[in-house]
Amino acid sequence: MKLKQLSIFIENRSGRLAEIAKLLYEQNINIRALSLADTADFGILRLIVNDIAKAHDILKEANFTVNETEVLAVEVPDKPGGLNGILGILSEENINLEYMYAFVEKSFDKAILVLRFENIEKAIEALKKHDINILSGEQVYNL
Amino acid sequence: MIFNEKEECMLPDEMKELQSNRLKNLVNRVYERVPFYKKKFDEIGLKPEHIQSIDDIEKLPFTKKVDLRDNYPFKLFAVPMEEILEIHASSGTTGKPTVVAYTKNDIKLWSTVMARTIAGVGGTSKDIVQNAYGYGLFTGGLGVHYGALELGAAVVPVSSGGTKRQLMLMQDFKTTILTCTPSYALFMAEEAREMGIDPAKTSIRIGILGAEPWSDGMRKEIEKIWNIQAMDIYGLSEIIGPGVSFECQGKCGLHISSDFFYPEVIDPKTGKHVEEGEKGELVITTLTKEALPLIRYKIGDIVSLDYSPCPECKRTLPRMSKVAGRTDDMIIIRGVNVFPSQIETVLLQVEGAEPHYLIVVDRQHSMDIMEVQVEVNEKVFSDEVKNLENLSGKIKKEIESVLGIMVNIKLVEPKTIERSMGKAKRVIDKRKL
Repeated sequence: MKLKQLSIFIENRSGRLAEIAKLLYEQNINIRALSLADTADFGILRLIVNDIAKAHDILKEANFTVNETEVLAVEVPDKPGGLNGILGILSEENINLEYMYAFVEKSFDKAILVLRFENIEKAIEALKKHDINILSGEQVYNL
Repeated sequence: MIFNEKEECMLPDEMKELQSNRLKNLVNRVYERVPFYKKKFDEIGLKPEHIQSIDDIEKLPFTKKVDLRDNYPFKLFAVPMEEILEIHASSGTTGKPTVVAYTKNDIKLWSTVMARTIAGVGGTSKDIVQNAYGYGLFTGGLGVHYGALELGAAVVPVSSGGTKRQLMLMQDFKTTILTCTPSYALFMAEEAREMGIDPAKTSIRIGILGAEPWSDGMRKEIEKIWNIQAMDIYGLSEIIGPGVSFECQGKCGLHISSDFFYPEVIDPKTGKHVEEGEKGELVITTLTKEALPLIRYKIGDIVSLDYSPCPECKRTLPRMSKVAGRTDDMIIIRGVNVFPSQIETVLLQVEGAEPHYLIVVDRQHSMDIMEVQVEVNEKVFSDEVKNLENLSGKIKKEIESVLGIMVNIKLVEPKTIERSMGKAKRVIDKRKL
């Protein structure tokens, strides 16, 4: 139910992102989803990949600061109102969302949201109550 | 002008006798009144009567900054609190400040040496002194203030900051002497131009600039921009504050008030005197100070001493060179002494932070700015921006509360700060001093 995401600290220097992409490519790691949060001085890259453990090792080896965090991936209909529906539920249930990012899966008509919560257990409970489909790790890693 | 010709132009023999008498008196006083010194003397079997002349000074042990810290706050004081009039403090090396104190006679002494200073650089009782050194625990503001009073000059105790107001007062009051750090003098000139004021056309004729190192190039720049005589002064809280030495109008070294502050220059490794004129660490003995007398205080500044007659004035007070460096890794930022170990102490107190850091000092728009780079490790790293910003905010706040000056914190990737086998390079100073 919970999904593992890699977070990587990146200084705002040209070429750092490219280096990460290259490292992962060389070891045949496939990136399933990503988001980059940036501030004036640094960025935080969040990645969902097909082989978390291997990607973690590769980046750590290359002296990056890497953490694993748990997130949820949920399916919403790929049409207007898809996002609104889920955010409405979270708001109604008083669930605090830290950040999110989304991607559209080409093989079916759903969009996938990756959500990071303050309290992940409470979020799972609330989403289940409203029959929202939470994707398993296997489903996402192998998309 | 010479504030007190009799004292400042004494014959060498007279001076030696005066210094010898004062040293004997001092040694007796600290032996009786300061347990720290009694213990130090006893350890090496030294009795006050072993000191008969200023030439015996080498028999005495050194005092170091760490001794002030170890005896925080008042244990080195040689008088009871009822005799103390004023207490100052500067940022210390491990969070605790360095404390100094003054009796009525010490304040009189401070007034005298600062009156010598203001007169020495060309000031008179007709001058209006705009004192832009900070008033407060920092000794700069009050030191100049007492000197101006003693000399009979008018003093405007404007303190540091508030540049627009400084410039307004300068124009309205027609102040003639500006006292501040050299970098602030440059900053103020930039502000003046932005306000449409030509600094060269103000009534300021002399700048009394100190509390931080500056080059001759910077002096020429300040003199040109302001159309003033830019004069260097030197001092430190432990000895008195400003007033230890000053330039006369010849700008040929800084005359030390050696009748009160006996200077020695030693090889910091051996502790032995260097040849006259050679560079070494400045050591000062406060010959007459009552509240906090210091014997052979190792200052850490590298200077040389010149006892030859001054080519400009009649003073016989020896001249020290501009400070040519430090024996330790201390840096001076906006007049504040900063030791890299202070940053390290703060980082060790912040949960999970790495003690790997780099201090980058630069000068932008004539103001010193300090950036501390801190590595982000897995313990402190978070995937949420707000957590990292909280971390850098916390480090910033802690460092600022210890140092009392603004810093910028930059979080950097791990292992980007150079590790070295020996002494790590902790400071990059980009200022052109």
